[in-house]
Formats: sequence, structure tokens, C-alpha cells
Amino acid sequence: MPVFDLSTTPLRALNSALHALSQGANDTEFEVINPRGSHSVAVGIDTPITVEVRGSVGYYCAGMNDGGTVTVHGSAGPGVAENMMSGTVIIEGDASQYAGATGRGGLLVIKGNAASRCAISMKGIDIVVHGNIGHMSAFMGQSGHLVVLGDAGEALGDSLYEAKLFVRGTVKSLGSDCIEKQMKPKHLAKLAELLEKAGVTDVKPEEFKRYGSARTLYNFNIDNADAY
Amino acid sequence: MSYHNPHTPPRKSATFDDATLAEIRRAAATGMYDIRGAGTKRKVPHFDDLLFLGASISRYPLEGYREKCDTSVVLGTRFARKPIHLKTPITIAGMSFGALSGNAKEALGRGATLAGTSTTTGDGGMTDEERGHSQTLVYQYLPSRYGMNPKDLRRADAIEIVVGQGAKPGGGGMLLGQKISDRVANMRNLPKGIDQRSACRHPDWTGPDDLEIKILELREITDWEKPIYIKVGGARPYYDTALAVKAGADVVVLDGMQGGTAATQDVFIENVGMPTLACIRPAVQALQDLGMHRKVQLIVSGGIRSGADVAKALALGADAVAIGTAALVALGDNDPKWEEEYQKLGTTAGAYDDWHEGRDPAGITTQDPELAARLDPVAAGRRLANYLKVMTLEAQTIARACGKNHLHNLEPEDLCALTMEAAAMAQIPLAGTSWYPGKGGF
Repeated sequence: MPVFDLSTTPLRALNSALHALSQGANDTEFEVINPRGSHSVAVGIDTPITVEVRGSVGYYCAGMNDGGTVTVHGSAGPGVAENMMSGTVIIEGDASQYAGATGRGGLLVIKGNAASRCAISMKGIDIVVHGNIGHMSAFMGQSGHLVVLGDAGEALGDSLYEAKLFVRGTVKSLGSDCIEKQMKPKHLAKLAELLEKAGVTDVKPEEFKRYGSARTLYNFNIDNADAY
Repeated sequence: MSYHNPHTPPRKSATFDDATLAEIRRAAATGMYDIRGAGTKRKVPHFDDLLFLGASISRYPLEGYREKCDTSVVLGTRFARKPIHLKTPITIAGMSFGALSGNAKEALGRGATLAGTSTTTGDGGMTDEERGHSQTLVYQYLPSRYGMNPKDLRRADAIEIVVGQGAKPGGGGMLLGQKISDRVANMRNLPKGIDQRSACRHPDWTGPDDLEIKILELREITDWEKPIYIKVGGARPYYDTALAVKAGADVVVLDGMQGGTAATQDVFIENVGMPTLACIRPAVQALQDLGMHRKVQLIVSGGIRSGADVAKALALGADAVAIGTAALVALGDNDPKWEEEYQKLGTTAGAYDDWHEGRDPAGITTQDPELAARLDPVAAGRRLANYLKVMTLEAQTIARACGKNHLHNLEPEDLCALTMEAAAMAQIPLAGTSWYPGKGGF
């Protein structure tokens, strides 16, 4: 397994090695040690490789991941797995703001807490947060699922489109056009699937509430001006 | 014999003129602000207020048809491994598929390619047709991230991080539901027929320090190949340019308030931002203060119409320009041949700006298949290429008259100003004097 020690190896060497792989390459498992909060660790992966990061990372770790499995054995800075296309990103610790921003696919699992604007502008990604999430999470979320085992901060799901939000704990407040919705069997099934994928075994889908868009802001109406 | 007091003729208010009264009535009737496309329609100091001096005893001209006047430009020389080489410094500004029809985007690509220049995607992602017909394609990275993906990032020739645009510095966007076809909806991951809001700020960075880290990420994803542009609206050009350079930009794109938009509130278009003329010198000054003029290239846009405008922007220190509205006109936008249909829409050729409604008779700002089919992308592309060629020749003509063998050798000393306002904004002496406001303690 190739090992990249970021205390002695430039970031460029790591990312260019990850990009140089062709489909079907033999060396598909990588280890990164001493990341020391480096930004842009393992960004732009476009093959189904595995990257184990031993320590905490800075901004945009696993950004635009397309098919890779990246595990951070530490915490992640802002924008982890931003615009992910496919694959899996697992953060063993906490994640800073904008986790999973604009993600289009794949699964992001945060085993600790996520800060503000988690899942902002999500476009198809699935995100499971074992802990709590901060304010303005899932702002303008377009599609995909956000599952929160803990609590959500203020203005959850503000200006939401079609993303589906599931929160097990309390929600400090809902954002404009975000409402609690009925949990139907298909939602429970999806939730069970996501929990299983995220390695959550001690929590039942029935413990969650579902939130989604009231769809009152979908077409501009001057009488809704106060909501904007 | 009776005496009649003489009538005073009816006098309309300069403050409450007909347009103002009409807008008050429209607002009162609809309860909705006016949304439209294009840029500011008010008169602002512009390149028309500058003139070239030409050659004289102290400066000799170049022979028009014999002595070379180079027009090439290289963009992205600071950090990118693969800078962009263009034959002309006139580029095509970002306009989205969604705002424009697929045929119009294809025509822009064809025209730009024929002329040896670049075209730019917009809010909505990159289409295969656009990529296929554009030899050099700049991929916009916008707050909405509609259609953003790493494959397109890698098949682009440059990346333009859009912070703002001249028509609406500080504003987001809105593509109204009537222009959301199945294909547009699919590219933007949204249901058909609903308004698509584009955020005014990026979702995962705030401020110049974050931007520097964002640029690092984009460079790492694309293996440091692509030039990275930062586009800003004309608001605080000195500081925005300096901060863009600090954040690691290869190219700064500066869009003045005459720059167009697909759809924004009229009050925003007409009242926010600075004229293009006022933006250039502060931006160039910032580059010079940092020792980065000509190292980080400056592209200026917003109201560029002719080779004279190009030459003036370059003389003030820009490396290149971008055109949007003018390119659409070259394709066929607002053509009087559709006058009958413009009349039915309550407007007239030359004034049509309801680009957001998707009913463009010229088939350019629409997703209606029947209207879009009116635009032949091959013929329209040819018209754009012709226009770009004419502008380039015009700029060369002026440059040769000023004795310059490259458009980049044009300089502020080649210009004089016709008005005090233009003199002040462009820091060019008033014609017949050696003075401009702000110079020499006045």
C-alpha cells in the first residue's frame, strides 16, 4: 500500500498519484499520514480507490470525489466532500461548515458533529451525521438525503427544494418553506437503508422525523416576499 | 374685445418623466418589481468619451496594410501549466445554456472558434454541443454550482470563478420557470417548471482567504493545468483586483455596469455598480502596485461594442475584453426583421429585453423549440466571427495610427478625454489640456 507522509511529501505528489490511476489499476489502496490539517487532501479522485487518512484535514478533503472511498481518522475542515459525485467519505471525528456542499451523489458519513451549513445546496448526495448539525443546514437543498441522529440548529432546510431531511433529535427552528412531513413507509425504508450503509445499528428509523419543502416558494409570488 | 390669458404649454416633470410614471403605474398594478435582461440603459460615461490622439511629429504611425500589428494574447501565464493562446483579445463572456438556447450556445462556440478566441459557459453547466464547437472553452464556477462536475472541469480550457457580474454586483440570479425545459431542469437537478434561484454567494467559501484555498482545490483537481480566472462586478475594482491576485488568480475578469444579465431586477441593473470606464484604471493600478500587471491578465467587459472600445480598454491597461450583449446582437438578437413580433410583445427591435420570458422572436434567449429553430447556428456563428474580425481590424487600425505594433502597446498617453467625468474616471487628460480631475491637487 503506497503511503504518503504529508510532513515530508508535497500535496501535489499525493493528488497527482491518485489521479494517475487508470480503471483496473492494481494499487488501489492508499494511506496518508501526518496530514496536519492540510487542505485539498485526496481531491478529484475519479477511480474506485481507497484512501485512509490518519489525522485531521483542512478544507475540501475528498472534494469532487467520484467513486473513491476516503476515510479520515480525525476531523475535517470546511467543505469536506464538496460536490461529491459518487463513492463514500467517512469522517471519524467532527466536520466543519459546508460539509457535503453541493454534493451530487455518494455517501458522506460524519461520526461526530457537523457545523453550520451542512449539506448546503445538496444535489443528490446522501449524508448521515451521527451527532448534531449547525445552523442553516441543507439551505437550498435540491435533492438527496440528510440524516441527523442528533439535533439540528436554526433555520434547517431554508429555501429547500426536493432534498429529504431526517432528524432524530430536536430542531431549533425550521427555515423558510421547510416543514415537518409525514413519514411514509417508503421513507422509513430509505432511512433504514441509509442507516445501514452508514454503519448505524442501534437506532431505528421510527425515531426520526421527516422534513421537506412546503413548495410555496417554487414560483415567485410577491405575497411571499416576507419569507425571503 | 376680450382678453384671454395666454396658455402656458404643458410641461412634464424632469423628475417624474414618462418612463418613471409608467413604472409607478406598472408597480402599482402588479405588486412586482420589474425584471429584465441586458445591462444598464441609462447613459453613463463610457469609451465614447475618450478619443485617440493618433501619431504626430513625436510619434510615427505604422503602415496600415504592410506593417504588423499583433493582436494575440496569452491568458493564464502565472500558474497554469496550459495557458490559453488567443488570436484576438476579444473573448465571449459567460452566458448560460438555459438563459440561451442550445443553438445560440453552439453559434457562440462556432463564431469564437472561427475567430480564434474563447467562449464561456454560464450558470447551468457545460453542454456537449458547446464543448464540441468551442476550441477554447472557459468553464464558469458559480455559486449555484448547477451542472458542476469534475469531468467538465477537466475538459474545460480554463476555469472562471464567478464572484459577481457588472449588471448586479452582489446579486444572485433567477431563471424563471417558463424557461425550464426537461433538459435544463435535468442539468440543474431541479423539477421542471419551477423558478431556479442562483445564490449570490458561494456555498463553501467566504472571503479572500477561503478563496485562496478554493483555488488550490480546483488546481489540485485539474493538476494545475487550467488557468483560473476570477470574475468580479465593477464595485471596488482596486481592492477586488488586489484580493483576486492575493487569492492566486491567473486572470481577473472585471465587468462594469453596462454588462448584461439574463434576468435581474431593473432597479438593480440601473442602480448598483460602476461604469466600465471607471473600473479599469483602479484595477490596473492594483496590478501595478503588486508588480503583477501583464503577469496576471485583466479582461474587461461591460458595453464593449467596437474595435475602438477594445483599443481604449487595452490602452487603459486591460489585456483583453469580453463581449456578451454585442455577441448576441451579432447572432441576431433584436434584429428589426422580427419587428412585427416584437410589436406583439409590446416592444420594438432594439428595446427587447424580456429575455427571462423565453419568447425571444430571434430564437436566442429561449428554450422554446420552435423559436430556437429560427437561429441557424452555422450562419449565426459566421456572423459572430465576422463581427469579431471587424472589431479586431478596427482595433489594429487605431493601434497602427498610434504607432503600435501590438495592441498591448497602446497606452493611456495615446488618449484624451472629451468630458470632465471621463477624464476623472479614466485618469486621462481633458482634450487640449494636460490635466484631469484629481491630478495636481485639484
